[in-house]
Amino acid sequence: MNSSVQHANGRYPPGDFAIWIFIYAELLAFGIFFLSYAFARANNVELFNESQLLLNRTAGAINTLLLITGSYFVVRAVAAIRDDKAQLCSRWLMAAIMMACAFLAIKLVEFYTKYQEGISLSTNTFYMFYLSMTFFHFMHVILGAVILAAVMLKARNGAYSREEHTGVETGGSYWHMVDLVWIILFPLVYIIR
Amino acid sequence: MQYQSQAVAKPYFIAAIGLFVGQILFGVILGLQYVIGDFLFPEIPFNVARMVHTNLLIVWLLFGFMGASYYMVPEEAETELHSPRLALALFWIFLVAGALTVLGYLLVPYATLAEITGNDLLPTMGREFLEQPTITKIGIVVVALGFLFNISMTILKGRKTVISMVLLLGLWGLALFFLFSFYNPTNLILDKYYWWWVVHLWVEGVWELIMGAILAFVLIKMTGVDREVIEKWLYVIIAMTLITGILGTGHHYYWIGTPEYWQWWGSIFSALEPIPFFMMVIFAFNMVNRRRREHPNKAAMLWALGTPVMAFLGAGVWGFMHTLAPVNYFTHGTQITAAHGHMAFYGAYVMVVLAMISYAMPILRGRAAANSEKSQVMEMWSFWLMTVAMVFITLFLTGAGVLQVWLQRISESAMPFMVVQDQIAIFYWMREVAGVVFLAGLVLYIMSFFVGGEEKTAQA
Repeated sequence: MNSSVQHANGRYPPGDFAIWIFIYAELLAFGIFFLSYAFARANNVELFNESQLLLNRTAGAINTLLLITGSYFVVRAVAAIRDDKAQLCSRWLMAAIMMACAFLAIKLVEFYTKYQEGISLSTNTFYMFYLSMTFFHFMHVILGAVILAAVMLKARNGAYSREEHTGVETGGSYWHMVDLVWIILFPLVYIIR
Repeated sequence: MQYQSQAVAKPYFIAAIGLFVGQILFGVILGLQYVIGDFLFPEIPFNVARMVHTNLLIVWLLFGFMGASYYMVPEEAETELHSPRLALALFWIFLVAGALTVLGYLLVPYATLAEITGNDLLPTMGREFLEQPTITKIGIVVVALGFLFNISMTILKGRKTVISMVLLLGLWGLALFFLFSFYNPTNLILDKYYWWWVVHLWVEGVWELIMGAILAFVLIKMTGVDREVIEKWLYVIIAMTLITGILGTGHHYYWIGTPEYWQWWGSIFSALEPIPFFMMVIFAFNMVNRRRREHPNKAAMLWALGTPVMAFLGAGVWGFMHTLAPVNYFTHGTQITAAHGHMAFYGAYVMVVLAMISYAMPILRGRAAANSEKSQVMEMWSFWLMTVAMVFITLFLTGAGVLQVWLQRISESAMPFMVVQDQIAIFYWMREVAGVVFLAGLVLYIMSFFVGGEEKTAQA
């Protein structure tokens, strides 16, 4: 269990420091979105509650599971490279990318359904937030998957080892951020009333 | 100078400074017209003075960016410029076209200028900052394409660094977004919507990439810090710039007829726009603290450190002040905007070009690294005069803006625009004084080029 807090070279935070500046900036952006949502909701509780019931919570719940599972796979990938098993690491990363793709597919169906119902950014404030925040997050899932894919290819080509695998930790950290944001976004927008 | 072809930067820098003087002279005239409305009327009406003041700013900054690129790219790519002759030819074309355009503004009524230049064939004139006759706009595109061809070919045949790639991305973006100046829909809302794709996506998007690249280049040269460290910073800064800046366009879309969601998008993303500027401050000071050499050009170092600080204040802080939709509801199009515009342009773009000129000009003029001590001291005086004057211009305009918002839009007995302008005249007078100090700083800056003395070399 302790291995999750130990880093290859004992550094904290893990991965490249630059990614952490980026992660904090991203969290700040989402944080401001969440705060704005809270303020807008406080002024219009009824509308938010009504519109919220029309969202597909099952799809949201499945997507939450997919992202958490993806994060677990990323953890396994980091553990694998710490054991110097680069091929295993790249396979775990592939599994995480598959989770991301499944998430994107389900989200696309959700977006499509809403589009069919004639819902847009201008429908009401709730949908403005729902569409903006989930789309913004959607783009981050794509970016996260692209980063993981780049790391996976490098791992497959033997670029990482037990001693030097900063790249894996960097990609992993970013992915966990994408996951974390969804874990807040899902209950906030789909469930809490 | 490591490469002969870098010398083409010199005429660009000289022209930039020349046009800068013109811009400031018109600024001083314009400032006076705020309080003495018929000053120089009918020779130079207010709208013409304003047009010349803003257009000259943009043109001289473009000269500065081009000169900076011609200086940087050979050193970054480690090869001679693809075609120095093309660079010189474009210089003269751009200078003559620019001069003719300004003369057109000054000598004939704007409507006549539109007629002479065939504006009715492809109407693009009559919009703020994009007042240039259509043929001038086409000329700008031709010059930009020739310039980009020259720079791109040089980078393609030589070493490809992060700095030159970021610079190239910024320059191509600059050219591409300018194309929206040819799109002129009759619907006023659509017109404004795309107008901002030139104006905002330039200064709060691709220009920031150019600024980041120039600043990084100057810092590498002056501090000797590892390229790897500087490049990593540059990546993070440009990523933040694009994430916040592109959707930040929304902060111009309030109350002009665009959908309401822009109020949220614009507020949220543009509120984050100060972050990349703040990162630039940390970046610059960090690099200087870690320096591995004592560069003898102290004046250039001062400009390089001043740039991110003033950019953060002017673009970041003064921008944030009125970027949230509920605040902007009151401040939209008041002197608050003018205050922000002045310090942001000075801090981000004027200063970064001057930093580059300060670094490169002594070398272009045949010195090893720096001007004489005496010349540098004078240049540093000019730095402080211009910078402090700009701080005061900004503060006075902010005062004018706050009072204007109150009298015109909030107070129980709201007054009409022109009545309010009279009420806030004292701020305009003080701004004018600060403007004259700025001009004095600029004169001192130019004088510093003519101070001789023994060249300063690196301290042991």
